[in-house]
Amino acid sequence: MENLEALTQQALDAVAASSDMAALDQVRVQYLGKKGEISALMKNLGNVAPEDRPKVGAVINEARGKVQDALNARKESLESEALNAKLASETVDVTLPGRAVQEGSLHPVTRTLERIEGFFANAGYQVAEGPEIEDDFHNFEALNIPSHHPARAMHDTFYFDAGTLLRTHTSPVQVRTMESQEPPIRIICPGRVYRCDYDQTHSPMFHQVEGLLVDKGISFADLKGTIQEFLSVFFERDLVIRLRPSYFPFTEPSAEIDIEWVIETPEGTKRRWLEVGGCGMVHPEVFKHVNIDPEEYTGFAFGMGVERLAMLRYGVNDLRLFFENDLRFLQQFK
Amino acid sequence: MKFSEQWLREWVNPEITTQELVDHLTLAGLEVDGEEPVAGEFSGVVVGQVVSREQHPDADKLSLCQVTDGTDNFQIVCGAANVREGLKIPFAKIGAVLPTEDGKGFKIKKAKLRGVESFGMLCAEAELGMAESSEGLMELPETAPVGADFREYLNLDDTVIEVDLTPNRADCLSIAGLARETGVLTRTEVKPPLVADVAASIDDKASVEVTASDACPRYLGRIVKGVNVKAETPLWMVEKLRRGGIRSIDPVVDITNYVLLELGQPMHAFDLAQVEGGIRVRMAEEGEKLTLLDGQEVELNADTLVIADHSKPLAMAGVMGGEHSGVNGDTQDLLLEAAFFNPIAIAGRARNYGLHTDSSHRFERGVDYNLANTAMERATQLVIDICGGQAGPVTEVTAEDKLPEAATITLRRKRIEQVLSLTMADDEVTDILVRLGMDTETTAEGWTVKAPSYRFDMAIEADLIEELARIYGYNRLPTRVPAAATPLAKAPESRMPIRDLRRQIIARGYQEAITYSFVEPELQKALDPEREALPLLNPISADMGVMRTTLLTGLVSAASYNLKRQQPRVRLFETGLRFVPEADGLKQTPTLAMLVCGNRLAQGWSEQETPVDFFDLKGDVESLLARGGDASAYRFESAQHPALHPGQTARVLKNGEPIGWIGALHPATQKKVGVKQTLFVAELDLEAVRDIAVPSYGDISKFPEMRRDLALVVDQSVQVDQVFDGIRSVAGDYLTKLNLFDVYVGKGIDPDRKSLALGLTWQHPSRTLTDEEVNNSVEAVLAHLSESIGATLRG
Repeated sequence: MENLEALTQQALDAVAASSDMAALDQVRVQYLGKKGEISALMKNLGNVAPEDRPKVGAVINEARGKVQDALNARKESLESEALNAKLASETVDVTLPGRAVQEGSLHPVTRTLERIEGFFANAGYQVAEGPEIEDDFHNFEALNIPSHHPARAMHDTFYFDAGTLLRTHTSPVQVRTMESQEPPIRIICPGRVYRCDYDQTHSPMFHQVEGLLVDKGISFADLKGTIQEFLSVFFERDLVIRLRPSYFPFTEPSAEIDIEWVIETPEGTKRRWLEVGGCGMVHPEVFKHVNIDPEEYTGFAFGMGVERLAMLRYGVNDLRLFFENDLRFLQQFK
Repeated sequence: MKFSEQWLREWVNPEITTQELVDHLTLAGLEVDGEEPVAGEFSGVVVGQVVSREQHPDADKLSLCQVTDGTDNFQIVCGAANVREGLKIPFAKIGAVLPTEDGKGFKIKKAKLRGVESFGMLCAEAELGMAESSEGLMELPETAPVGADFREYLNLDDTVIEVDLTPNRADCLSIAGLARETGVLTRTEVKPPLVADVAASIDDKASVEVTASDACPRYLGRIVKGVNVKAETPLWMVEKLRRGGIRSIDPVVDITNYVLLELGQPMHAFDLAQVEGGIRVRMAEEGEKLTLLDGQEVELNADTLVIADHSKPLAMAGVMGGEHSGVNGDTQDLLLEAAFFNPIAIAGRARNYGLHTDSSHRFERGVDYNLANTAMERATQLVIDICGGQAGPVTEVTAEDKLPEAATITLRRKRIEQVLSLTMADDEVTDILVRLGMDTETTAEGWTVKAPSYRFDMAIEADLIEELARIYGYNRLPTRVPAAATPLAKAPESRMPIRDLRRQIIARGYQEAITYSFVEPELQKALDPEREALPLLNPISADMGVMRTTLLTGLVSAASYNLKRQQPRVRLFETGLRFVPEADGLKQTPTLAMLVCGNRLAQGWSEQETPVDFFDLKGDVESLLARGGDASAYRFESAQHPALHPGQTARVLKNGEPIGWIGALHPATQKKVGVKQTLFVAELDLEAVRDIAVPSYGDISKFPEMRRDLALVVDQSVQVDQVFDGIRSVAGDYLTKLNLFDVYVGKGIDPDRKSLALGLTWQHPSRTLTDEEVNNSVEAVLAHLSESIGATLRG
């Protein structure tokens, strides 16, 4: 039995000395395996006197249990060490940039138009589009601008021939809609328009968004309210707007829309009026061209320059940037 | 139109500041574009006179002058060429402050010029801030009072106000009109200068025949004999003209211009000696020639009204006089003209000849048809006062029935309320109308209104309502938000919203561009050589000369722009119309275009820098097409496009119909557009891409899938679509998936052949397929592909 004690100690030392799972397993086989040394003692129990057997058996079992516990504990510890080592080896630099596709972005004009379309869609307006190469009738005649009308001088028009031109505003889309649709009409018409004018503050191509509402009982008050709401929502601030009488052949009364622009400068707060668009009540002549009874229906229309709105909203200071398509500009509108 | 505030205040003088006046005008629709002082800030300048002038002893170009301020003489060194004895000039004495750009002022001190002392400075207009530039000293008339303060003498404490008038407000193109409007807006009485009739002192009477009375319902002619055209225009007139933006030319022209500015009536003066037989107002004969005052000879169209004599045209009526019949240095007798030309007869004519004059500007917008008499008397009096001479009686030819008739307009109380949402008190309506010079009568429903002869813009009820709103004040009118009483908007699910499409492209790394619709013709030709682009008649410049037939023109330019600016990786897309002339007319087609070049991924720590190829772009395009839920509707077919690489170009088909292209730019095209990197481009019909399927559910099979992988070897020239089509045609109804997971060329394979690794998956909706069934399908596939394209199993 002294032998057993020594053997047990030997086994426990071997367990403690095992530095990996393979060694540990070898220790297990050596002592507790089928042919292991402690197992062998158990097998030799037959040689022990029958009356001593239970006692000796219990002692051997105890020794066996001790070794088994040590094995288990060592196994657990080795596993945990191994896991820790694995985890440690798997550590990454979490501050390395992620592996992502570089996303693009919308052009600021589109971004602006999408916002505007969204506001008006919520109020029941549909988006209407039309051709950019237009005929004289839809761009001018139907809008109460006959040939030789001095108002044509306000539109520096690109022509293809005497009767075909690049639309100077998106108003022909309003005409086309009214031609094909019965009131009530609520539309907004975004799109490219063209004027033969090119300098620091004019681009020969730019974007407009026009709105048209035709229904019974629509008045100038509705127009004022719509413009006020739209601009406040667009700029996300309480804006002071003013309507200034003006003249467009297709609306009457007509107005220019000014917003009060407040700029904080080192010299103090500066305020100035900025023109952002035009508007008015649809002219009875325009209704007659599209067979809408001006006695029964009234309506308003408004139009704004999209680049102008985008410049104010995003602080862009040069109109020409919009069409250079410089990535360093475009990527700022993520 | 520019005008002097002081001049306006001679007519109407409300007790308000310049700024308040400007605000009133702007908020009444007469937009003030700018206001500036008529002269710079200066002080200490008096009217001086050169007493003597001699050459500076040491400088050729300098004069040594004695100048008096009426009390003392001062020695002045002066460099101006026009300095001479007796000349009266603005004289800045020691201590005077002249205007400078920075507003700080420039103080005149005693100076030494080439060794000679100078006690002050003689001034040119520009030095006093009265002109942008000037040559020589400002010459004052002999009557100028020596010693007087120069600012007071010329009344320089005045502001020039510029109003940008809308085409409907021709009535405000004069001091008289602006005064009238100011009077209405400020409730101030307007006091026009008294214009008395000038009695005839000779009998000479202009002979006037009007054959075109539709175009010229009223024509007044008057002879003034013995005028001195060399007389000097009085300084007050020169100054008022200057402040109105008109240069003084000679007294007769100055007078007609003055009347134009003051009253709004364009006038003309002929040299009577050049008028043969008398005036004939008629339409031009086609091709008739006339040399205008500006020296250009025009060939007249038959739609142009002319003032002629008995042998030739003298002037283009209402636009510009002729050179031959104009007043010149030898003129002794005048024939003055004041007429009413119908706007319809003048509108557009000037523009047809490339002309635009103060006269045509007014006549085509409408000049008060009752103004000619007053203007004639005013001009005659001014001619006699300034140039002397004797006037004959006025000849007037008026076709009363051809004169415009002021419309009688019915204004309904309820309509005012309908349009403005405002119940305006009857008294207020009447008050506004009357102040505006309308002849107003009350009726049961509202009013009957007749507009004055100067308001060409008053024809219908809406015109009057606008006037009421304008005078009442737009910003005082009620405001409300219209009730939203519309049904839910239609949004067909079978049409992809364009914003979804854009977002998907953006998510794949593309930047949206917006490029001009008109493009450079050569570039356009390089990218779409087989189509003739539509040219603009009047392009801004040659490089914006034609309408794009492809969006690639703009995208390629934008890519080139960015590549030149060290942007190594460019991905752009654009949506918009392209303009394609076709046999049955012009097509304006909504289009989507995409372009990629540079590396596949942005430079990073974990990726290799691989340049993009055809399949990067194709993958992006396929991702869009797959959104339609029906990727099988689309095919890519090898094709030839003159601007694209012959071996890397596909036509995109949807249900067999071509809807676009994808490919690499042909090296020759790259060279033409000046880009070194290979550009991959795609252009698709936007409507076809947006036209998508609404999903429809199919039962999910509960039975197991069976998969077989095949490694097939085919000739390099065989396209994968041929293999796919072949498999699908014989693999049976239950083939549910077919995918290609490797393409191999190289060792172990015949160099002319390639190996394709394919995964085929079968599944039956209602039972388990047997091995035998699937093996039979595989056999059928192999047999068919062997026969049709010579495919073999890889050994």
